[in-house]
Amino acid sequence: MGNVGAKEVPVLLSPEGLRIDGRRLDELRALRIQAGALHQADGSAFVEWGANKVVAAVYGPREVHPRHLQQNNKAVIQCRYNMAAFSVDERKRPGLDRRSQEISKVIGEAFESVVFAEEFPRTSIDIYIEVLQANAGTRCAGLVAASVALADAGIPMVDLLPAVAVGKIGGAIALDLKKEEDNFGEADLPMALVPQSGRLVLLQMEGHMTEEELARSLDLGVRGCREIYEKMKQALRERYAVGPVAGASA
Amino acid sequence: MSEEVDAEIRTTHVLDLAAEGKRLDGRGPDEYRRITVEPGFVVTADGSALVRIGDTAVVAGIKLEPGKPFADTPNAGVLTTNAELIPLSSPTFEPGPPQPGAIEVSRVVDRAIRAAETIDLTRLCVTPGEKTWVCYTDIHVIDHSGNLIDASLLAAVTALAHATVPAKRFGVAESDYPLEVQHVPIECTFVRLGDTIVVDPTFDEERAAQGRLTVATDETGRIVAMQKGLVGAFSPDDVKETVRRAFRHGDTLRELARGAPP
Repeated sequence: MGNVGAKEVPVLLSPEGLRIDGRRLDELRALRIQAGALHQADGSAFVEWGANKVVAAVYGPREVHPRHLQQNNKAVIQCRYNMAAFSVDERKRPGLDRRSQEISKVIGEAFESVVFAEEFPRTSIDIYIEVLQANAGTRCAGLVAASVALADAGIPMVDLLPAVAVGKIGGAIALDLKKEEDNFGEADLPMALVPQSGRLVLLQMEGHMTEEELARSLDLGVRGCREIYEKMKQALRERYAVGPVAGASA
Repeated sequence: MSEEVDAEIRTTHVLDLAAEGKRLDGRGPDEYRRITVEPGFVVTADGSALVRIGDTAVVAGIKLEPGKPFADTPNAGVLTTNAELIPLSSPTFEPGPPQPGAIEVSRVVDRAIRAAETIDLTRLCVTPGEKTWVCYTDIHVIDHSGNLIDASLLAAVTALAHATVPAKRFGVAESDYPLEVQHVPIECTFVRLGDTIVVDPTFDEERAAQGRLTVATDETGRIVAMQKGLVGAFSPDDVKETVRRAFRHGDTLRELARGAPP
């Protein structure tokens, strides 16, 4: 719980180079992905990532609402990222604010870059992301959840989209910022990777970084994404495993 | 569209089964689906709960903030209940302003919380006429497989029963303290399917329903709220019988709401 009023900058990095939660600079928070967490959606996923709790659902391909958005040569991809009123310390007014609308747009565009939308003309693929509990990195958690949900819905894509934020804390480049690091750090750089091609389909940055720091951040982010990618694939394998999963005794 | 044909077939099937005293999922007319309650599901909230009734899932979160009391009730705190039927939870919900369905859920849940005097509002008051706690209950439906009212109120009262007043954080008192819940209202919803009245309707049963009736009871034997919804009718005898059933189920659900502290 943040102190209302007082803004003391906490020590983000110990002399040993460890972070406030004991992680190393290149270490991810605990990430648990459950594919197919909901019953009504065509595809869904629940992601617990550090202290983030995010659920994503995919509907479609289905009829386009509103009609005038319909495209004759491909599916439209509509994304809605929303935060629950109780997901943050200070109650957020329900509904989409400007931040949520921007995030919805860039996530939607990231998915447009990998979904084979031309396979489903005159339809809509609707992606819904709900943040139930937020602790920095919710857009990346949302992307990971939505990506697994799309796969769960059977939507053909170039690849899954692992995502993570890299930042600068106490002068050092660190992977996967948690809330205090995000609030008091010097920079934040969320990204989403297409593992097959090694290209980024989401990239945002806020703060201060040198060219050299940015280069290191990108390297670190891509490595983080590849680690997350394995967990996403594993979640889908668990969801669709037939019979005992490898490793379990028969 | 095929969805309408599918709905038509399911409705007919639900009603045919009801005529034989059966339900699609094999339950008896007076049986709830499996209910699970998880208090403290959201740590950013001052109180929270994830409630599942069958395939329906609802998350409720409480936020308490200091604010100004209403001019006509200077000694009372402020309670606000809001239900979001987000498009994530059902293929039938669309983005946009709250639909009448969401507003009805919000209001029916709010009415039960208020009428049961779940929270003693005077105890939320800090300085009469100037400062009081404002208690927001936000309800997020994440999986809609029917009976949102019962699931939403159960989530809300569970969250309230496990909530903490963040008095220290807002500099109102030396330390945080538990929010005091004096009564626990429970809503039980029934729908008419032909001559049978079944409790805890699924999505398909709500669509086939010839009337819906919700009865809110508390642990002292009071009926604190009722709501008849959807197209259809109930006789006075139907209503009396439904109330008896609501009291019986209410006791079971109330135990879940109180549960063990998180």
